[in-house]
Amino acid sequence: MVNEVNIDPKSRADMPTTSYSKPVIGATGKTGSWRTFTPQIDYDECSRCRTCWLHCPEAVISLDEDGTPHIDLDYCKGCACCAEVCPKKCIAMIREGFDEEESV
Amino acid sequence: MTEPAALKLKDMLKKPEILTSGHRMCAGCAAPTIVKLMGMALRGPTIVCEVTGCLEVATTIYPYTAWKLPWIHVAFENAAAVASGVIEAVDVMREKGRWSKEHVDVIAIGGDGGTFDIGFGAISGMLERGHDIVYMCYDNGAYQNTGIQRSGGTFPGQETTTSWAGKVSPGKEQRKKPLAEIVAAHRTPYVATVNPYHHRDFITKFRKALEVEGPAFIHAFSPCPRGWRSQTGKSMELAKLAMEVGLHPLYEIFNGTEYKMSGPSRRLKELRPLDDYWKTQGQFKHLFKPEWADFKKSLQEQVNDDWEILKKKCGIE
Repeated sequence: MVNEVNIDPKSRADMPTTSYSKPVIGATGKTGSWRTFTPQIDYDECSRCRTCWLHCPEAVISLDEDGTPHIDLDYCKGCACCAEVCPKKCIAMIREGFDEEESV
Repeated sequence: MTEPAALKLKDMLKKPEILTSGHRMCAGCAAPTIVKLMGMALRGPTIVCEVTGCLEVATTIYPYTAWKLPWIHVAFENAAAVASGVIEAVDVMREKGRWSKEHVDVIAIGGDGGTFDIGFGAISGMLERGHDIVYMCYDNGAYQNTGIQRSGGTFPGQETTTSWAGKVSPGKEQRKKPLAEIVAAHRTPYVATVNPYHHRDFITKFRKALEVEGPAFIHAFSPCPRGWRSQTGKSMELAKLAMEVGLHPLYEIFNGTEYKMSGPSRRLKELRPLDDYWKTQGQFKHLFKPEWADFKKSLQEQVNDDWEILKKKCGIE
């Protein structure tokens, strides 16, 4: 592991008595509320190549043991980078609040 | 102590991300991807110094931070100087027995404003002193954070809020600073240009930069959908396209003299026309008006010339 984050309260005594920030997920709250289009993965088509995971700027794509991607919609901003880089083009961007047929 | 760089997908999966999700970067910004790829090249304890810029403002809103690394921000102009200070401080602490770790890598990150213009003096100083630092510039072509003002890294023909395109001006008219070559002219041991699309190339080069003795410089191309008026999803493609049209060729420079073209650029048979790149972004749309046809032609010639010169330097005919 590179630079393990230590946010254990006991180890906080090791930190200097100065102001510092601790790393948290969601430093700005749930950025998923920014989203207009929601990515939807077609798991039958998906070849588990992990390209989406590699290029996701938001680091919201997590992978299973076999490489199946899952998107954390709490923080996904819906930028569609995953859909564009997907070699199989199996990620559809669905407009929030619409059904799949009406997608753009 | 030294961890291998994650070059195979299998190893990449094991590397923890160094930037958490839920930060304030715009949707589609490529800078977090650049940081993510940087994380895959790390070899152990690392300290990051950052200049003011999008990445700093958006990821570290006190009292929160998205960085899982020791991270320091000072002022707009002095990331390189601060990084030098960090190295010196570590050396002193080691002498006094207050530093247990064997080695620490220091990385300085700047945007194009903080690198091309404001922080340039500090970088030049760092290179001259020869501190063992990797300086990475993520270049999104303007001061995007403060409202898209033109910088030394802005391409000619690019429209920004301080270089408007209209009846009298086609956007920025001056050339872009050839920063990688300016840095290399300091006889810097290692200089490389990268983009987030070619991830393996990115990680290999970043790792080389960390391993080299003395300063190293990485120039990363970072598409900005907000400032460039491009589609958010196209960021990675734009990074690739910029390489294909010759605006951001991928190459390495060793010791300031030895040029080496990297795989993706070397494999190009010929450059794609600049129009392919311009038509994807709103900031270049004025170039397609008839009055700027000549200007457009001159830009294409400029890029073609630069490409030929670069090929010659790399020894490719």
